Amino acid sequence: MFKRVVLAASALALTLAACTQAGGNKVEVFSWWTAGGEADGLAAMIEIFNDQYPDYEFENAAVAGGAGTNARAVLATRLSQNDPPSSWQGHAGQELIGTYVAAEKIQPLDDLYASEGWLEVMPEGLIDLISQDGHIWSVPVNIHRANVMWYVPETLTAAGVDVPTTWDEFLAAAATLEAAGITPLAMGEQWTSMHLFETVMIGSLGADGWEALWDGSGDWASSDVTDALDTFAAVLGYTNDDASTLAWDKAADLVVSGDAAFTIMGDWAEGYFKSLELEPETGFAWAPAPGTDGIFDFLSDSFVLPVDAKNAEGATAWLKVAGSKAGQDAFNPIKGSIPARSDADRSLYDVYLQSAMDDWAADRVTGSLTHGVVANDAWKAKVDTALGLFLSDLDVAALQTALVDACASDGACA
Amino acid sequence: MGSLRSRWVPVAMLSPSILAVAIFVYAFIGWSARVSLSEWQGLNPDYTWAGLQNFIELFGDRRFQIDMRNTLVFTSFFVVGAVVIGLGLAILLDRHIRGEGIFRSLFLFPLAISLIVTGVAWRWMMNPAAGDRVTGLNLVLGAIGITPLEWHTSDPPWGMAFVALPAVWQMSGFTMALFLGGLRAIPEELKEAARVDGATELQIYRRVIIPLLRPVLLSALIILGHLSLKVFDLIVALSGKDIRLDVPAIYMWTTTFDANNYAQGAAIGIVLLVSVAVLVVPYLFWSLRREAEL
Repeated sequence: MFKRVVLAASALALTLAACTQAGGNKVEVFSWWTAGGEADGLAAMIEIFNDQYPDYEFENAAVAGGAGTNARAVLATRLSQNDPPSSWQGHAGQELIGTYVAAEKIQPLDDLYASEGWLEVMPEGLIDLISQDGHIWSVPVNIHRANVMWYVPETLTAAGVDVPTTWDEFLAAAATLEAAGITPLAMGEQWTSMHLFETVMIGSLGADGWEALWDGSGDWASSDVTDALDTFAAVLGYTNDDASTLAWDKAADLVVSGDAAFTIMGDWAEGYFKSLELEPETGFAWAPAPGTDGIFDFLSDSFVLPVDAKNAEGATAWLKVAGSKAGQDAFNPIKGSIPARSDADRSLYDVYLQSAMDDWAADRVTGSLTHGVVANDAWKAKVDTALGLFLSDLDVAALQTALVDACASDGACA
Repeated sequence: MGSLRSRWVPVAMLSPSILAVAIFVYAFIGWSARVSLSEWQGLNPDYTWAGLQNFIELFGDRRFQIDMRNTLVFTSFFVVGAVVIGLGLAILLDRHIRGEGIFRSLFLFPLAISLIVTGVAWRWMMNPAAGDRVTGLNLVLGAIGITPLEWHTSDPPWGMAFVALPAVWQMSGFTMALFLGGLRAIPEELKEAARVDGATELQIYRRVIIPLLRPVLLSALIILGHLSLKVFDLIVALSGKDIRLDVPAIYMWTTTFDANNYAQGAAIGIVLLVSVAVLVVPYLFWSLRREAEL
């Protein structure tokens, strides 16, 4: 009993302490960057903030957990207690808009974009995808590309297979690879199948067709979607049997060991391959996922300004650093991503990232489903359920019906 | 004065506990029930009355139907497995073999491990990879000439039966301890009397010992049953959020925190609570009545 009282008292004390800390000159920034290149990149950006704004005291309120699964639950609790941090991290696009804009928790940043001149240095396609109702809601710090296909050149040469550029070519190559005893495509646990789903859909429907499905102008019941889903089912037939037991990096290991020929994963995989001391272009290589040459399927981490921010000036100062050339060039080379700005210093980035920067500037930019750009959380959860069921029965008609229903119940078709 | 004091001290000592339970258990149950009858989606609370809408949607939802089927499969294999193996081990240990203490501890050890650790370890042991990449238990099976299994990635609903395997491994030591206690409580005279009447050892177990273990069996069923209805951590550690092995507790988590659908999440929570109550409450009444009789 005594223990319980002590616990309750200390919990209360902690809450009070958290409340008093938020005021004054403190700028409390909430993220899920707690380890590896992400944490180091954040530290580099904090250093710039401290140099430029010595009057503010930066407080790093990062919560551990991959892709923010835990951080988001903690943040939701703090917001429900009206105790928001000065700024927090969110996946740019509908994940952030559907959750925080819909709940009226964050402010539009149109004025900041105008005064900092960000509209001139960030691609228009990006601005469209992170806007809602004519307003921009967050400051993207980095850009990752989702539609990248990774392979080891040696494996392909040995099997006599070229890098496929369309899904039809991929299926033909896959048959050859399978006959040679190589798993054509390495896949991991359930979310990586959604990642594969989006690249197959974009590769089959094109960027316009893909975006139409998410803004309500497209038709999920169309025969084009059926064809794309048939392709997806065929591609799934060429994946490893133990996919559901592997994390994405373990799936990448299959490519490294030569057990599998390809894996489709976001470009954070590059950092993983480099950590295995493989040389870019010889030890491992990359190409746009089949059918997506000239399309950049992006995702981005971004920062927001809360409504009634306790230290709005300090929070704005942080956003200025996050959107600045100096801030982005400090963060991204360490994190292994490219800056959202097109005027970054190329010499800071490695060979893969330079190629991604070229594509970012030249390609048609479209948004990722798996990583929160095109769909709100409720819609994405319904799609996730539909895909999960599909993995066990491969029933294309049932999947399409479920996707049509998801769009009607939680998406843009309502 | 003295008698007043002796009456009030226990109440004063207990009241913080009672208050804490009242708030953190019963008030929160009430609040969850209220949320489950609301339209709350998104970050801002919305207590608009929705009636039973969330429950109606839930029972029509294909994923929830799969969850209930999975729970049923898991519970049957887990409870039967843990009871049979636990009883078997208890009977063997009851023969007063040498080193009984060591075996007892060995069988109980898995209970001390967190289900997360169990899940991660068995994820490796039940690895379904084929060909050159065979690992874990499939290596053992291969060595004795049995075709490798797909384990928990088998086609539904059998994958769920394999998920019960680590749970049985973890909990059968616990049921063994329960049954061993029950066996040791059976007076030697009863067995002697049966032997004098000419009963074989097998008959003694079937007609005398196992019937006398019925109260222990009931306790075991209740404890294992409610654990398996609430299973969450083992499955998350074993398979992530793979829908083929989905159970209501995982669906509750994803609905609430991934999809921000608090009303639906609360509805799943209430369904879980009711299903556990259906199992536990009759047992509580039964054991209270027995205590009153004694």
